[in-house]
Amino acid sequence: MARHTDREYEQELEQLRNTVLLMGARVEQMTKSALDAFARHDVELARETIALDSEIDRLELDIDERCVKVLARRQPVASDLRFITTTLKIVTDLERMGDLAGNVSERVVELDSTSLLPVRASLVQMGHVVSDMLHEALDAFIDGDAARAERVIQRDSVVDATYAKIFPELLGHMMEDPKSVATAQKLQSIAKYLERVADHATNLGEMVVYMVRGEDKRHSGKIGRGAAG
Amino acid sequence: MTTEMAVPPNLIGVSGVAGAPEAADEPSVRPATQVRARGDAQTLPDDSIKIRVEDLRAYFGASEVLRGITLPIPGKQVTAIIGPSGCGKSTFIRCLNRMHEVTPGTRVEGKVLLDGLDVYRDDIDPVRLRRRVGMVFQKPNPFPTMTIRENVLAGMRLNGLKVSAPDELVEQALRRVALWEEVKDGLNRSGTSLSGGQQQRLCIARAIAMEPEVLLMDEPCSALDPIATARVEELIHELRDAYTIVIVTHNMQQAGRVADRTAFFYMGHLVEYDLTDVIFTKPKERRTEDYITGRFG
Repeated sequence: MARHTDREYEQELEQLRNTVLLMGARVEQMTKSALDAFARHDVELARETIALDSEIDRLELDIDERCVKVLARRQPVASDLRFITTTLKIVTDLERMGDLAGNVSERVVELDSTSLLPVRASLVQMGHVVSDMLHEALDAFIDGDAARAERVIQRDSVVDATYAKIFPELLGHMMEDPKSVATAQKLQSIAKYLERVADHATNLGEMVVYMVRGEDKRHSGKIGRGAAG
Repeated sequence: MTTEMAVPPNLIGVSGVAGAPEAADEPSVRPATQVRARGDAQTLPDDSIKIRVEDLRAYFGASEVLRGITLPIPGKQVTAIIGPSGCGKSTFIRCLNRMHEVTPGTRVEGKVLLDGLDVYRDDIDPVRLRRRVGMVFQKPNPFPTMTIRENVLAGMRLNGLKVSAPDELVEQALRRVALWEEVKDGLNRSGTSLSGGQQQRLCIARAIAMEPEVLLMDEPCSALDPIATARVEELIHELRDAYTIVIVTHNMQQAGRVADRTAFFYMGHLVEYDLTDVIFTKPKERRTEDYITGRFG
């Protein structure tokens, strides 16, 4: 795409884009780190991961402020407007993903190291998919690649299916061995956190499709449009 | 772009300009510009079209400034024409009431159908046409030697029309443009004693006193401050119920604020025409996108 005639405006948008990329990279790093800490039961790494969240929160505020300034002073339209509105929405998703990675890490700190290994393996597997979805959604955002973003959206059902299997499995363990209840509950929470990260990655994907094509993919055809608007 | 004239040109009687009427009925050999107007195919039924412009070409001497414009303009809606200087947007609206041909050396080809009637037909009197298709200009141009009251009535008087109840017409026109309360105690003051924004509303009152069906506005706010601009824009919203409005504007935010539909012109071509919401959120043409986001040139 051609550059804006006003170079200062071009620079403002470029800096905003870079800040979103930085925030995305931090969230991805935090998610991976939380999953590593879980897979290796590395309590130290889990603690370090929790500490990463404050930078993500700071970036969220920074990005929001930049977006509001552009809206107030530049009245962006067309692709610029879609970029700004997309950014305003995805920072919320990114920030939540950071919180969820922090929550995973907190459960890792509380967990013992040995029990319920098969379920843990399923969770690690699920974590890989979720982490990859986030990575792909961010790349789709950077490249303005709507097709890639759509593939992210499609993968959410894979994560949902895995999540749906994990809960009965954990329930079985809890009934068999009441001593496993505390651990099983923590694993159940982790499964829920990961499933939520996938939902946020899906939101990212939907917003990227909107940013690139101007098409709204949310709530895929489940809501009638027009009457309320 | 806009030619300023001492006398409001919509009141000047000019007829029989060579070239235009003959050319109008000739089929053009050049293909019409391809225009993406998906929104229109879906939302603009035939019977809602007030002015149908077909393969319109306008010339200054040998220079072709409009290169085959085909554009349906819906009735009782606001249509904005945007585009960079020299794109032909002012020429375009001046073709709609045959003002273009007032300038010597100009020529028009193609069709402008007002309710199906070709306004370039031989037997059409441009002066009468301009009573149906009024115009408001960039710079407020009340007659300097006339009072506010006389200015409102000027269009009727210069057209030799009898006004049966002038006081009522003056009040009605001034109320319509929300100027009545501000001037009712000084109707005999000079029109030029008013502020710029008031003068522009007076000119709009003068245009609508003629009870036109279409109101053409050529950059009506470019000489006004933001508050006067807001009042004219508010007025445009009000007038939309009764008139078909075509507004040329350099100010894209203004098109966004007032227009139902927006057409983007570039170098004499219509690049894109769609609902204003679509043009400003997801235009289909790269040239539109580049222009409205400030990536042009």
